[in-house]
Amino acid sequence: MEIERLVAMANDIAAFFDSEPDKAVAVEGVRFHMSRFWEARMRRAIIAHVQAGGEGLTPTARSAAALLTAPP
Amino acid sequence: MYAKDYHDLGTPAAKGDSVTLDIALEIDGVPVSVPAGTTIMRAAALADHDVPKLCATDTLKQFGSCRVCLVEIEGRKGFPASCTTEVAAGMKVRTQSDALTKMRRGVLELYVSEHPMGSCPDSSRCELETLAADHGIGESRYAGAKTARHTHTPKPVDASNPYFRFDNDLCIVCSRCVRACEETQGTFALTIEGRGLESRVSASQDQPFLESECVSCGACVEACPTGALMEKTIVTAALPQKAVTTTCAYCGVGCSLVAEVSDGAVSRMVPNRDGRANQGHACVKGRFAYGYATHQDRVTKPLIRKNITDDWTEVSWDEAIRYAASEFKRIQAKYGRDSIGGITSSRCTNEETFLVQKLVRAAFGTNNVDTCARVCHSPTGYGLKHTLGESAGTQEFVSVQHADVIVVIGASPTEAHPVFASQMKRRLRAGAKLIVVDPRAIPLVKSVHVEADYHLRLLPGTNVAVINALAHVIVTEGLTKDQYIADRCEKDSWEKWKKFVSDPVNSPESMEKITGVKAELIRGAARLYAQGPNSAIYYGLGVTEHSQGSTMVMGIANLAMATGNLGREGVGVSPLRGQNNVQGSCDMGSFPHEFSGYRHVSDDATRALFESMWKVSLSGEQGLRIPNMFEAALDGSFKGMYIQGEDLAQSDPNTSHVTAALSALECLVIQDIFHNETAKYAHVFLPGTSFLEKDGTFTNAERRISRVRKVIEPLCGYADWEVTVHLSNALGYPMNYTHPSQIMDEIAALTPTFTGVSYEKLDRLGSIQWPCNDKAPSGTPTMHVGSFVRGKGKFYVTAYVPTNERTSSKYPLLLTTGRILSQYNVGAQTRRTANLAWHSEDRLELHPHDAEARGIDHGDWVGVTSRAGDTVLRVEITDRVAPGVVYTTFHFPESGANLITTDNSDWATNCPEYKVTAVQVVKVAQPAAWQRRRQAAVPASPKRRRNEESPVG
Repeated sequence: MEIERLVAMANDIAAFFDSEPDKAVAVEGVRFHMSRFWEARMRRAIIAHVQAGGEGLTPTARSAAALLTAPP
Repeated sequence: MYAKDYHDLGTPAAKGDSVTLDIALEIDGVPVSVPAGTTIMRAAALADHDVPKLCATDTLKQFGSCRVCLVEIEGRKGFPASCTTEVAAGMKVRTQSDALTKMRRGVLELYVSEHPMGSCPDSSRCELETLAADHGIGESRYAGAKTARHTHTPKPVDASNPYFRFDNDLCIVCSRCVRACEETQGTFALTIEGRGLESRVSASQDQPFLESECVSCGACVEACPTGALMEKTIVTAALPQKAVTTTCAYCGVGCSLVAEVSDGAVSRMVPNRDGRANQGHACVKGRFAYGYATHQDRVTKPLIRKNITDDWTEVSWDEAIRYAASEFKRIQAKYGRDSIGGITSSRCTNEETFLVQKLVRAAFGTNNVDTCARVCHSPTGYGLKHTLGESAGTQEFVSVQHADVIVVIGASPTEAHPVFASQMKRRLRAGAKLIVVDPRAIPLVKSVHVEADYHLRLLPGTNVAVINALAHVIVTEGLTKDQYIADRCEKDSWEKWKKFVSDPVNSPESMEKITGVKAELIRGAARLYAQGPNSAIYYGLGVTEHSQGSTMVMGIANLAMATGNLGREGVGVSPLRGQNNVQGSCDMGSFPHEFSGYRHVSDDATRALFESMWKVSLSGEQGLRIPNMFEAALDGSFKGMYIQGEDLAQSDPNTSHVTAALSALECLVIQDIFHNETAKYAHVFLPGTSFLEKDGTFTNAERRISRVRKVIEPLCGYADWEVTVHLSNALGYPMNYTHPSQIMDEIAALTPTFTGVSYEKLDRLGSIQWPCNDKAPSGTPTMHVGSFVRGKGKFYVTAYVPTNERTSSKYPLLLTTGRILSQYNVGAQTRRTANLAWHSEDRLELHPHDAEARGIDHGDWVGVTSRAGDTVLRVEITDRVAPGVVYTTFHFPESGANLITTDNSDWATNCPEYKVTAVQVVKVAQPAAWQRRRQAAVPASPKRRRNEESPVG
């Protein structure tokens, strides 16, 4: 999975939830969305990217990706 | 003319407040009871005492011109026309008497003087000749006195339309065609020109039909009582030996059609009078453009090859299936279970779609299944599910007849959903108001007797800004339905959304610079919508195919909830689905994250239900979406695909990216009726079947499940569902269906919204709108009555986020895309019909100012360049587009429209942003080299070898 593409996707999702006034709710919204709609190798890739510093991710996207559970 | 067995009752059913009152009368001594307002002609026909007629038909308002339908009424003077005289209590009517017969003979003889007996190609299909013969008329006493119409102004037969001809000599000027064009179609292309004996039917300004405003819907042809207007296919065809009721395979209106079969071939297609979706109407595609089904380009033998650079080899079905299965097994053994996947098709039946996703989940053992709805209406599913609780439109089509305000957003119904557009225009002519939200002046903005009250001509990509501005006006001006909201919606979400849209940043004045729409227009449109009282929103791909497609769908639902416009007739949120079975393919569990009925694969109870029925362990991990599959193919972790009835290489954005991904696959299996663009990258080609060759069901945009019935035998030997069964069996996962009805039974057993659906019930009721279950055994025309499916409706904050696709000095124009009436999607079907007469190439619409600035003239070739790629199109200069905006259709592969669209997609669903691409347009001398090569050598069929040893060892 090309990580730039996944970063852009995560940021697009975060842009929707960023209108939520409560930032914790926004982060959870992004995390939940990725956990429900992203296939396992996509989640693995974004988790690895966050663990490597998360370059390019917006704050909400980075926080959400950091909360993702690694797929089996 | 109508189908031979059609019992024409002469005039339409009575409408109005009094129709519930039964009127008792006597017709020819027989007691009859009919609703008040019914004509004598209709009452008599209902009692099987049909009155002779020529100008009357029950599909059109009574006209009263032919004077054939005279009757006697006891106690009344004269001989009133039964078509224009309503029944009255105690009335005694005589439809037959010597006096009536004498008068009718006189009138008919005058008609026959202009239309001699035997002049029609087939007298048995001519109502006049049949009626005259019934009255003992052989020839007219006036036949020698040829009329002025024939002798002074002779007109040759107009055969300009590819599907029907007009022979003025056979016309009796009954006006049925003119009235059909007005009342049924709403185009007003026909008129009666001249007076007295000079009277004749005229298309537009006395032009040939093909050059006129006629849209070739065929309503006039069907209404014609003689052979004057007649389908070319039946001029010489034998009378049909059978008629099969089925469902159109073009757009999401899902018209019910009757296929007439003569000598084993379809000789004519006519709309089903009982079709609930189409109300007895059809369009140029559904009625006429079915010839692709037997086109010479059909591939009917399985093909395989080891490499995509090899020629194809024809093989047996067994070998093709065996090879495909062995390749999928090999790939999974080498790269893992999730290295393969499948794509279902919105053109195929529910049963076929269900089987493909079952094959992927149960036989492949992965959830890597997706559908072409990914690239069109996936945001509809997401947005409506989250706000209202169900991934579907809320109304049935006839609901529009109760709407006071109609809002059309990002759709052009007259082009893409023409039969519903005719219904919509009928309501607009009756006084409903119209708001159009579209960057382009679609035909509905101003056409005959229809004009939009507001055209919000926004810049592409600013839908959400407009919907927020509309909501701002409604909320800040106190136009919300507060009691409705309090009763039916989540309080917290309402409060949060109310605060959000009330922010001055969302005001029309603030948004004007973003949307390009004047604030006063937004304010006027918002007030009109809110005040309805019945306001209905219809939207299309101009809403969904954006980076904020799902946000916009939510915004639409927000607006409808806030104004109380959900849960009854005449209101609602209705997506106009692009393909015939988009709704069905989504319902059937084609998305990688959910089973049929929109239930997530991670839900243990749902998964257990499927595991129990399918007798296999299923993955609880959602799979890859189509664009994710491309990414995975390019990174080497996805190696095999089974694609049924979908042409990804032409229909998906950024073609070079798509074809690179397809080229990286080790096994691509295509099942299609034609050797499409994607097949160029395939290793196995499995012949598909058209809708005429199989049984099944389609589900249209109003959730209506309708039967597809086999009309002719499959050209390749198998229906599509049978091929999937064979593939599954070869993979070691047994499927034992012998008829699609068994697949529907399984769907019903596993899908709560389909619980009550069966072929028996479909045959009995004609069609069923889901949900169909114990609570609604006959289906559900209107959803969310009383409460929303999700319980309380939920408002979502929908902040406007500009797309990443911006104009610049290098790419200063915004390209948006759409369809044209005569062609359909990627054109695989319609390009193989005579519809080419109307549209033989895609053109780029360019505003005169932009054309002048670039020195471009009408008809020039222009290069269109985006950040993704470039192509060449011929230009059409028009003010249908605003300055700074260009537009094209995408029906021809040689146009390369998707070479220039980008990878941008909806944040929630990855639906591509087809509707916004920044481009530059420059004048060029000729098409690109690849386009010239393609046009010079379009192969009718794939290059193949025969009678050789297996190419794959």
